[in-house]
Amino acid sequence: MANGPRASAAEVGAWAMLMYRISGWLRSPTPYLMLAGFAAFFGAWFLLSEVFRVWRFASLPGPRAVLLEWFNPNPVYGMSLYTPDYYMHVWMSLRRVLYAFVISTGLGVPFGLFLGWSKVFREFTFPVFETLRPIPVLAWVPLAIVMFKGDETPVIFLTTLASFYATALNTMLGVQSIDESYPRAAACLGASKWQIFRHVIIPGALPFMFTGLQISVGVAWFSLVAAEMVSGEYGLGYLINSSYVNVQYPVIIIGMISVGIVGYASSALVRLAGDYLMQWRVRELALGGAR
Amino acid sequence: MNAPAPMASKGAIRIQNVDKVYLAREGAVQAVSDCSRDIRPGEFCMIVGPSGCGKTTLLNAIAGFHDITGGAIYLDSEMLCGPERPKAEPGPDRVVVFQNGALFPWKTNLDNVTFGPVVQGKMTRAEASEKARGMMADAGLAGVEHNYPGEISSGMRRRVEIVRALMNDPKVLLLDEPFRALDSLTKSVMHEALLEIYYKNKVTIFFITHDLEEAIFLGHRVAIMTTRPCKPKKLLEVDIPHPRNYSVLTSPRFRELMEETVSAVHEEAVKAFEAGEKEM
Repeated sequence: MANGPRASAAEVGAWAMLMYRISGWLRSPTPYLMLAGFAAFFGAWFLLSEVFRVWRFASLPGPRAVLLEWFNPNPVYGMSLYTPDYYMHVWMSLRRVLYAFVISTGLGVPFGLFLGWSKVFREFTFPVFETLRPIPVLAWVPLAIVMFKGDETPVIFLTTLASFYATALNTMLGVQSIDESYPRAAACLGASKWQIFRHVIIPGALPFMFTGLQISVGVAWFSLVAAEMVSGEYGLGYLINSSYVNVQYPVIIIGMISVGIVGYASSALVRLAGDYLMQWRVRELALGGAR
Repeated sequence: MNAPAPMASKGAIRIQNVDKVYLAREGAVQAVSDCSRDIRPGEFCMIVGPSGCGKTTLLNAIAGFHDITGGAIYLDSEMLCGPERPKAEPGPDRVVVFQNGALFPWKTNLDNVTFGPVVQGKMTRAEASEKARGMMADAGLAGVEHNYPGEISSGMRRRVEIVRALMNDPKVLLLDEPFRALDSLTKSVMHEALLEIYYKNKVTIFFITHDLEEAIFLGHRVAIMTTRPCKPKKLLEVDIPHPRNYSVLTSPRFRELMEETVSAVHEEAVKAFEAGEKEM
């Protein structure tokens, strides 16, 4: 059996692998359960708000009203897929999240790696970190406005903050999760401290790191909308808040659903990037986690 | 009639009056006490004792993962650890094969095997790959070079790990119950594979196990250790000539040696059990 035929990395192309996974996915109950879930959600919303007009739900715009407005070339409240303003809001939010994500990853990953790697560094910084972490983003709003000039920077600062915590904390846990025999094996094989960091600590922490990054994008959207409600003149959070002030209820929901879709897509992108960087894990899982 | 040790000019280990005390919740624990042992260059040396008896502590001291609190350990004429330097420096002259396996799951088998010479700067990646392919083929590992460790069987993973160690031309190979997690059939295949690798590479082997049959089958000499604190209880010369294969297991001499030692091992196992040492 030792020399039996075995598909190697080079032989199984990435494309064939992808097609195989898609066809497997289509044959599994997963996509149908997902569709059923969405149908149940929208159905319930529709029945409650538009058909039976149940108590408290009557004042809520129903899915039909929202969709009609969203896909309307001449929207009643001036906001739909046909108006450039809508894309401006989406784009501004997306850009802020992108900046915040890049900054929080650029700072959070190295910070988390050193937190996990160096006991001295951890003891020096972790208590401060843990004290700052529970302070909610909204509590930072006044300081952010005082500290940063303009409309953009305070919003980006607020969006970065919570993402940074999620990334740093998970990266630290990732380093601590590494079985001690890996750095020991590397030391036995003659690796220097720096080489151990490069070849063992960083790749060993990747799975947790990417969990952190997925939480981080989610949290970024979360804080972004809060920050945009307070400051700025564009963005989905701003759109939601101004529609409330102007009593344009369907637009609120258009803004909310847009955040949901763009947020879902961005964490899916992070997951894909993770799969790309962790081929070893993808393949292990594809084998049913045979270990 | 002495078991012939294979020719090797390097890799003599001298363990001299080694003590190891560490602090645990229940106070100071004497893991190793006044342990002395001479291992000849190129010897296949088996260390047998019940689980948790302190054998691994000894291995960790040689490898340089832990310090010792007394005595000294020498490799050839060089002192690894001793009174002035309680903790040895880990290095590629003494490579460990770990109990649960420590192939880097994020590197392909080939990148695992080439890791040592490449990080030490002794070979370029291309040179190391060439040598690695040859050694992997010799160990029956052709075709899995570009797979990740998670994609191959546990027996193959063990072999990859042993090849990864041998790529460094170590003086000593330290094996910590390497086949413990394998089923008995895979284990028997691995024993023969290990012997084959051993015959091809002149290296001293320090092999920890709690399996007496495995110890007598593989080793030139079997050191039976007492449990907590760990020190030599009985030294058995296995006078069955190498090269060996599985037919040895049914030979009368093998049975005799088993009978001679099984009670000594059993006695320690009972002591360990009564002391409440949990199976680790």
